[in-house]
Amino acid sequence: MEKLQLSNEDFQPLHIDQTESEKIAGESTSYWKDAWRRFRKNKLAIAGIVILLLLGFMAIFGESISGHNYRDTDLMSTNLEPSSEHWFGTDNLGRDIFARTWDGAKISLFIGLMAAFLDLIIGVIWGAIAGYFGGKVDEYMMRIADILYGLPYLLVVILLMVVMGQGIWTMIIAMVITGWINMARIVRGQVLQLRSEEYVLASRSLGASNMRLLFKHLIPNTLGPILVTLTLTVPNAIFTEAFLSFLGLGVPAPHSSWGVMTSEALSALKHYPYQLFFPAFFICLTMLAFNVIGDGLRDALDPKERK
Amino acid sequence: MKKILSVKNLSVSFETYKAEVKAVRDVSFDLHEKETLAIVGESGSGKSVTAQSVMRLVPMPPGKFVGGSIIFDGEELIDKSEKQMESIRGKEIGMIFQDPMTSLNPTMTIGKQIAEGLIKHQNMSKKDAHARGIELLKQVGIPNPEKRINQYPHEFSGGMRQRAMIAIALACNPKILIADEPTTALDVTIQAQILDLMKQLQEETGTAIILITHDLGVVANSAHRVAVMYGGKIVETGSVEEIFYNPKHPYTWGLLGSMPKLDQHDEKLKAIPGSPPDLADPPKGCPFAARCPFAMKVCGEHMPEHYELSDTQKTACWLLHEGAPKVEPPEFVNVGGSKVNG
Amino acid sequence: MAKYLLKRIAYIFLSLFLIITVTFFLMQIAPGSPFASERKMTPALEKQMEEAYGLNDPIHEQYLDYLVNALTFDFGPSFKYVGQDVMDIILRGFPYSLVLGLEALFIATGFGILFGVFAALKHNKFGDYAAMVIAVLGISVPSFIMATILQYIFAIKLNMFSVARMESFADTILPALALATTPLAFIARLMRSSMLDVLNSDYIKTAKSKGMSQRIVTYKHGLRNALLPVISYMGPLVASILTGSFVIEKIFGIPGLGSEFVTSITNRDYTVIMGTTVFFSVILLFCVLLVDIIYGIVDPRIKLDAKGGEK
Repeated sequence: MEKLQLSNEDFQPLHIDQTESEKIAGESTSYWKDAWRRFRKNKLAIAGIVILLLLGFMAIFGESISGHNYRDTDLMSTNLEPSSEHWFGTDNLGRDIFARTWDGAKISLFIGLMAAFLDLIIGVIWGAIAGYFGGKVDEYMMRIADILYGLPYLLVVILLMVVMGQGIWTMIIAMVITGWINMARIVRGQVLQLRSEEYVLASRSLGASNMRLLFKHLIPNTLGPILVTLTLTVPNAIFTEAFLSFLGLGVPAPHSSWGVMTSEALSALKHYPYQLFFPAFFICLTMLAFNVIGDGLRDALDPKERK
Repeated sequence: MKKILSVKNLSVSFETYKAEVKAVRDVSFDLHEKETLAIVGESGSGKSVTAQSVMRLVPMPPGKFVGGSIIFDGEELIDKSEKQMESIRGKEIGMIFQDPMTSLNPTMTIGKQIAEGLIKHQNMSKKDAHARGIELLKQVGIPNPEKRINQYPHEFSGGMRQRAMIAIALACNPKILIADEPTTALDVTIQAQILDLMKQLQEETGTAIILITHDLGVVANSAHRVAVMYGGKIVETGSVEEIFYNPKHPYTWGLLGSMPKLDQHDEKLKAIPGSPPDLADPPKGCPFAARCPFAMKVCGEHMPEHYELSDTQKTACWLLHEGAPKVEPPEFVNVGGSKVNG
Repeated sequence: MAKYLLKRIAYIFLSLFLIITVTFFLMQIAPGSPFASERKMTPALEKQMEEAYGLNDPIHEQYLDYLVNALTFDFGPSFKYVGQDVMDIILRGFPYSLVLGLEALFIATGFGILFGVFAALKHNKFGDYAAMVIAVLGISVPSFIMATILQYIFAIKLNMFSVARMESFADTILPALALATTPLAFIARLMRSSMLDVLNSDYIKTAKSKGMSQRIVTYKHGLRNALLPVISYMGPLVASILTGSFVIEKIFGIPGLGSEFVTSITNRDYTVIMGTTVFFSVILLFCVLLVDIIYGIVDPRIKLDAKGGEK
């Protein structure tokens, strides 16, 4: 180091505002803001959202754009390849596949979202109560959940469908009867962990009621994992719908769903593969979109998991 | 005494998505045979990174060597290949980590974890390594070693695990033992036991020790020399007596002042106001200037050089410049009897 | 260990009891008389049939009979296939399903672990991204779509395999692949994140500080610990392959248990539905037990004889 030339002036006291050094260096960002910044950088997840918005739009307006409707059969024009008249072709009853695809989208998305929503409501309430009260309450509530969890999900749903008969709502109910458990377990785990943390104790010692604690502190703080589970529940429900329809337990005619269309197209696979292509493609696309959004959310909300 | 490790102007940075974090800046120190050097500093001061750099255990990327050298036994470690480092780690330099609960492999018996190094570095047979493992466990004070050696880490208590870690680190009689906060995660009573054990083993084996800690109480008892780190730099080094009885750097004063003392009735601990500098954008002058009650204009502008106060004591502070006003250390520092635990 | 096993087996019987009970009563309230659909029968004949199948006994008697018989794997006769016992149908289909299921299990775990480890070791490099993009595609393609795609490409277009036939080993390749796709992708993702976690753990640093080579650190210290989450996924994996086989067997025309189950649903053949459900549950519960035991062997922290073997 070269010798510095220092003057008296250099040895005058330095006045530094102490509050300045107390400030956290770097941009201070809140958890959600930071998560959003990370999520935005995830191109796949953003693409997933765009795809879902497009699918949603088409589910609502797709049928009217096509100029056909999903149920009109036309025996003069069966099994037509995609053309300017029938954009996705027609099926063995001459129904327009484009119109049926978007009618199916409506039903598939509705079932997926509704099942996830009901799972959420039941799971969060069940899990939050079990986790919050702990002890015996927790033990009994979770024992019930464990027994249900031990059963193979699809097998139970199939049996319930056999008993309850086909229909959109029976399908949703059959899915929710066992589907909420996953959500309940995750919420319970989070709540148990959070319960022991100090701010809850602090809030409690200030006289906050149980209800207030549950809704003001615990649930907002468990939102991250809930959100992730939710995004992964939707594709699972869509898959289950398609699976059941494929087995002939799904949406009753004349409505279509992607599962019904795939199932119907299978017998004609050899000669009319395009009939299978469209519904299969959209099932995969929707599941893919939800999966990448779920992955993106998980990475964004849990910085630890990030590379 | 012979110098076995010499770190010169070491700088290590980490690439993060925001900026390059300069964790270690221009750090130099020597380690002699059979001595214990304590590196003291608060979290984020760069002490652990310094220690892991010696072992070349800093993950790269995101870490990288920006400059400097690490000479061990006359050889430059920074230039060594990963393969060459393997025959130094464990054999020449051993290391123990902060949390004994997580630093042992949960699915492998203690015996196997000790034997691994012996088999690799000393070409021992499995049987010999097992026998030596029992010996080592006995040496680190684990009762019933014949039984313990076949147990898994979860069957050990925290203190026992740290003893086992020490046995693993010392298995091949390394010349240097790096202990990275070896007692931080342990109960106070266990802490003293572990420190005593390390001292005793040093006397038996002659290993030099680098003790990384944030706790001056630990230092007083077990170190010969001390290096105080702040903001990625060493601000003061000296023998343990010099650091405790004649400290010259205001940060060292602060550290001493924030130590609880038995003979002091004033119950308030002297905390150092402010927080450590952001190493992504370190200040160009002294890193401590912003929190230093004696800071001068020059401190904010230029990093002070190390003033040699004795053969062993070197302090980087502008207060030692002949032009600077004379400053007396605060009263609480200069009490002769305050050296903790004598 | 013996005590733990006994406890678990008792637990399995409790679960089975619940499953039998629930399926029995579900089938009781299911709509439609079992004989209603196909042939027209005179009321007298119908009555006679119901008598023969014990359908006129009080419900609790029927239930008790069923429960006792189920313990000896006697699920009674089929409603639809006269002269066939449910157990005959199950035993006829099971070998096909077993071969197919095991094949899928090996493909899914073997390749899943392989891809996961590969991705973790190439972390943040091209190989990692490629493997994970393929994996997310894999979990997004339902097994029955994968099955039709495979069938279309390899059997119809390329003529490499036969369509819907089950005679030789080659015939099982496509269905096993279709069945394995989703779990394979899932295991690959699980394995990758678990491997990354483990490679960042303290004991990996310890192993390195002992001078162990990268290879030993990765495989001897890393892999074994990273496998634990995959092992605990084996239970759900068996369930997924089992239910997946329903459609896959139907698509590929395999006369397995899954096909029988689907047929019995379409036919409303209640005794077969109940029998296969109970049979599936037995398999599943014992697989879960097996997985628990394996887990206990691999992870020394789990004491099988203490506290029900839970973590």
